[in-house]
Amino acid sequence: MYSYLEQELQSRFNLFKLWQQPPSKIPEFLKSNQRTIKAVVSNARVGADAQLIDSLPNLEIVASFSVGFDKIDLKRCEEKGIRVTNTPDVLTDDVADLGIALILAVLRKICPCDGFVRSGKWKDGDFGIVTFPCFLLQFSSKPVGIVGLGRIGSAIAKRAQAFGCSISYHSRTQKPLKHYKYYDNIVDLAKNCSILVVACSLTDETRHIVNREVIDALGPRGILINVGRGAHVDEPELVSALLEGRLAGAGLDVYEDEPEVPDPLLRLDNVLLLPHVGSDTVETCNSMADLVLANLEAHFNSRPLPTPVI
Amino acid sequence: MGLLMVKTANQSVPAGSQIALLSLSHLSHPYGSFDHMASPATAAEEENLPQVLLLLHPAAFTIFGEEHFTSAKFRFLKAYESSLPLDEFLAANARSVRALLVSAATVVGAGILDLLPELRVIVTTSAGLDQLDLAECRRRGIRIASAGDIYSADVADCAVGLLIDVLRKISASNRYVKNGFWASKGDYPLGSKQLRGKRIGIVGLGRIGLQVAKRLQQGFGCTVSYNSRKKKNPDQVPYPFYQDVRELAANSDALILCCGLTEQTRHAVDKEVLAALGKAGVIVNVARGAVVDEKEMVRCLVEGEIAGAGLDVFEDEPVVPKELLELDNVVLSPHSAVLTRESMMELARLVVGNLEAFFSNEPLLSEYEDD
Repeated sequence: MYSYLEQELQSRFNLFKLWQQPPSKIPEFLKSNQRTIKAVVSNARVGADAQLIDSLPNLEIVASFSVGFDKIDLKRCEEKGIRVTNTPDVLTDDVADLGIALILAVLRKICPCDGFVRSGKWKDGDFGIVTFPCFLLQFSSKPVGIVGLGRIGSAIAKRAQAFGCSISYHSRTQKPLKHYKYYDNIVDLAKNCSILVVACSLTDETRHIVNREVIDALGPRGILINVGRGAHVDEPELVSALLEGRLAGAGLDVYEDEPEVPDPLLRLDNVLLLPHVGSDTVETCNSMADLVLANLEAHFNSRPLPTPVI
Repeated sequence: MGLLMVKTANQSVPAGSQIALLSLSHLSHPYGSFDHMASPATAAEEENLPQVLLLLHPAAFTIFGEEHFTSAKFRFLKAYESSLPLDEFLAANARSVRALLVSAATVVGAGILDLLPELRVIVTTSAGLDQLDLAECRRRGIRIASAGDIYSADVADCAVGLLIDVLRKISASNRYVKNGFWASKGDYPLGSKQLRGKRIGIVGLGRIGLQVAKRLQQGFGCTVSYNSRKKKNPDQVPYPFYQDVRELAANSDALILCCGLTEQTRHAVDKEVLAALGKAGVIVNVARGAVVDEKEMVRCLVEGEIAGAGLDVFEDEPVVPKELLELDNVVLSPHSAVLTRESMMELARLVVGNLEAFFSNEPLLSEYEDD
């Protein structure tokens, strides 16, 4: 857990640290403490599923250190009157910045070029990394397609526009105030852009929304960027598309089974792999932590919650 | 895969003999065919074509392919293919040459110009002109055609990419994952910095600097200020102006160098400027290596006097100070800011267009004007 958050929780509450328990001991641990535990602090990777919720009969609130709440069984929480909070807005800029960073890094091969210089090959007169057909690709003015035009998707659109890119999007519903081209299905979106960015929340509808058909529509000139959730993308399909050259490249910050990353991707120069760092700046982690604490304090003092999901 | 059959001149082709084949297989690459494709002249026609001198083999020919720079209206005279010393070669072969094609690496001064008495135009593949003795060219009435504005967006994108990479540790954390450390060592250690609200100091607010400013201020919510030879019209350029680079650095979280290399800008980023930038400061260089006192910058990076750097250019390319190769807070790039497929296509069109215009006595497409 983020150390600042841990320290604050420790000083203000009676903190039970589940991650310190060996997995086999967890049911016993929960059982012996179930009466006193009233709140759960979760994150993007470890949430509150039905089993956990059911084992804590006095649970009142799940406060997530993330904006996504796909790892929380909302239905169960709703049934039991348990509040759920997340950390929207404070991380929007950082995640959007990372989205653009991924695009630039993949198209311009920033990391392989850096490796090329460090290896001494540039000094030896080898042009390898930058020669045709491994060309670096332009970002400015390219058509960008965004899946999910919420806070993060909109922030990505705003940034891409500053590079002269045209923006189109697919979303559950059209956003009338946003003057970008709307596609009511993701395949058409993919056909009409060369950079596809996943920035929506993970629900039953959006699980594997990027599948073989979408990847084929995006095509061998296209790149896929994922700052949503790993489960948005059919990962094995993505891997085979990249291995077979049916996609020009990919920039990923999230994966289906973090921290496991598909092995074949580790050796591809046209794939950038980040360890789920979308909101990992010191400033944003502090803001997220403060929001978790504010939600907990508000709840236990019977005040309105700052950022409730339910 | 398409095949173009090239017959050698003045020869009928006996049945069964070899025909020279020029493979165009690369044109079926998913990125599509390049629409400028020269049709080669016959040997007899070639003899009569005006010559364009090349002193060095341009990097763009290696990277993109020489065939994109050819034309039915001129032919290349390649000094570097001769075993003669350059001055002898030029004296013997280039006395009537009127056009010269150079790249960033081709230094052209009075010595070379003396050997080219008929030279009337220099076309360069580079955005910068520091390799040319501009005063000598002006004195001799030699016109210059630069790469104009074709690279500005790509160089600006490179600058922004390097800046975000340094602040958000993109390359470093990609290495972390690809080395298998995420699974074995745990989450990447926190230490990234936000881009929002950062004060950006741009040195040189020309075509490239303006594009960098637009991306960072309009796109990312940074605050841009600048230093330039002259203050720009505030009605057109809304960013605060600093006369002094050191003062700009003192008021910036990141310095982005976008200026041309001149006598005034050589080592403009010196010990004082780096000290003013400070321990949390980042430097990005997409201009020329010599705009920075490289040795001093390296020392600052090694000793933690500045926080990081994103560098596309170096004082003595392709040599990069070995200390930089060990640092995790720097991102290094092999002077590749302009080497996108799109820019190379534009460059080929522009170079051929400028040369063809010159030989047709038409205005150059991208003539450099002193201001």
